[in-house]
Amino acid sequence: MSARSYAVRDSVTMLRRNLRHALRYPTLTLTSLLIPVLILLLFVGVYGGTLGAGIGGPNGSTSYIAFVAPAIILMAATSGSVSTAVSVALDMSEGIINRFRTMAIARASVLTGHVVGSVIQTLISIGLLIGVAVLMGFRPDADPVEWVAAIGLLTLVTLALTWLSAGAGMSAKSVESASNLPTPVVLLPLISSGFVPTESMPAGVAWFAEHQPFTPIIETLRGLLTGTPIGNDAVVALAWCVVLTLAGYLWARSAFNRDPAPSRPRTLARV
Amino acid sequence: MTASSSQLAITAAGLRKSFGDKVVLDGIDLEVAEGTIFALLGPNGAGKTTTVQILSTLTSPDGGEVRVAGHDLAREPDAVRSAIGVTGQFSAVDNLLTGEENLLLMADLYHLDRREGRRRTADLLERFDLVEAARKTPATYSGGMQRRLDLAMTLVGDPSIIFLDEPTAGLDPSGRRTTWEIVRGLVAGGATILLTTQYLEEADELADRIALLDQGKLVAEGTPEELKRRIPGGHIRLQFTDADGLDTAVRTLGEVVRDDEALTLQIPSDGSVDALRALIDRLDDAHIKVDGLSVHTPDLDDVFFALTGQPKEEEAL
Repeated sequence: MSARSYAVRDSVTMLRRNLRHALRYPTLTLTSLLIPVLILLLFVGVYGGTLGAGIGGPNGSTSYIAFVAPAIILMAATSGSVSTAVSVALDMSEGIINRFRTMAIARASVLTGHVVGSVIQTLISIGLLIGVAVLMGFRPDADPVEWVAAIGLLTLVTLALTWLSAGAGMSAKSVESASNLPTPVVLLPLISSGFVPTESMPAGVAWFAEHQPFTPIIETLRGLLTGTPIGNDAVVALAWCVVLTLAGYLWARSAFNRDPAPSRPRTLARV
Repeated sequence: MTASSSQLAITAAGLRKSFGDKVVLDGIDLEVAEGTIFALLGPNGAGKTTTVQILSTLTSPDGGEVRVAGHDLAREPDAVRSAIGVTGQFSAVDNLLTGEENLLLMADLYHLDRREGRRRTADLLERFDLVEAARKTPATYSGGMQRRLDLAMTLVGDPSIIFLDEPTAGLDPSGRRTTWEIVRGLVAGGATILLTTQYLEEADELADRIALLDQGKLVAEGTPEELKRRIPGGHIRLQFTDADGLDTAVRTLGEVVRDDEALTLQIPSDGSVDALRALIDRLDDAHIKVDGLSVHTPDLDDVFFALTGQPKEEEAL
């Protein structure tokens, strides 16, 4: 009878619902893949020669793709967070959410279904993006263990970003603002060690780049995929993932448990 | 638990709710007996939807005691939720899924096994005339079909207490009739129903008891007959061809409102078939020729005027 014992079952039901939405209306997922693919084309195909020479690589764009690919793989995760926030906000504006709230189901399942569904979609995007990068000449030298570690890290990062964007989507007043809230997260990888080494940046920016969460994540990913030194970046990256996941989870949960606003039927004008 | 409280599906005492400094519910007491239809009647902004939202665990009250299906609302919300079904005022269907998928989703969330879920889904699609639309998304449905799907989803879990917030708002007369039939069928099957409406006619048609809600307060409560007795304005209007007929009728019928210029009489009445038949019999017995007859039943405006002393337009502001 207790809702708790049904938590897993309800979450699977909700996950199925969200995946069915995504399969039936894949535009949102595909759009979020488009941006990192374009950035990849731009940074490797267009700027690659100069940037590759700038970081001291032996042969321009070929060595630059090895440097930049981990950052752009990460951008597939950050741009996925926009579609998560939008789909959560869209769903929250639907009347069926209020129906769920009046049913004896595990409350968290609404959130879990969204988050797990989005993580799966984003991981598929990441996989597709790695494929595009490989087609463009990215040659990771990771062994199977390193691949598993890289995929594990990407999953944790995606989980953290997805919980954060679920929080954003839950608390956004409109779908439009939900699509804007994750913008800082989307732009953040640009000011990290992902595109150019932080030493080449002005002092203040370099300090910021070295201390923001994406730099240790990118350094770890780069180390796993291309064999650069990782050092303690792996530990810092994992710590960031845990902190961000927890913050996003608490944010999303408190936003979902809040009383719904004094509701007015949307079909009728306000008195 | 006392014997009487076990027969009550819903009890609320001193229910209060404010949004900001706007008081929406100002101490509501309700008792709904099992297996009956209870109507909350009132204009927009009276607090009907808020009451339903509180009783269905969607919104928490600021004060008051509520028991639904024998469970305390604040302490055992999940026990309440597993006994109730809610169809709100606006659509609560998943617009990206088909009608059938919506019902199957509900079956999963009610933790029915796959076969039982399929059986109930097929059954409800049939019962609510949605078989042909089963594989389409609600976006393609008419307003009446969307309401029916909405209600069907509420019934997948076979709830013993059903909340219907303005179930017929925006429906055409035939859609309204269909909904009434469904509601009657549910109660015949043993369910308890609390519905809200703006139409006295609807409350009168369906409800065992009616509570009149105005500005967050209950201004009257009783059976439809009790309430209507308190409302003046229901009358039968007779039209005559000449003053002689009018005079004879006045002598025969006694206490009436007479209009000599229009050659009409107003006889206070609830407008029921029995009252009409009795009146026509008396006219026939006295050989009085009547040119026209019309029945005027009190509407919500009359009710409000009678019970609050103000027309409802002013109340809604």
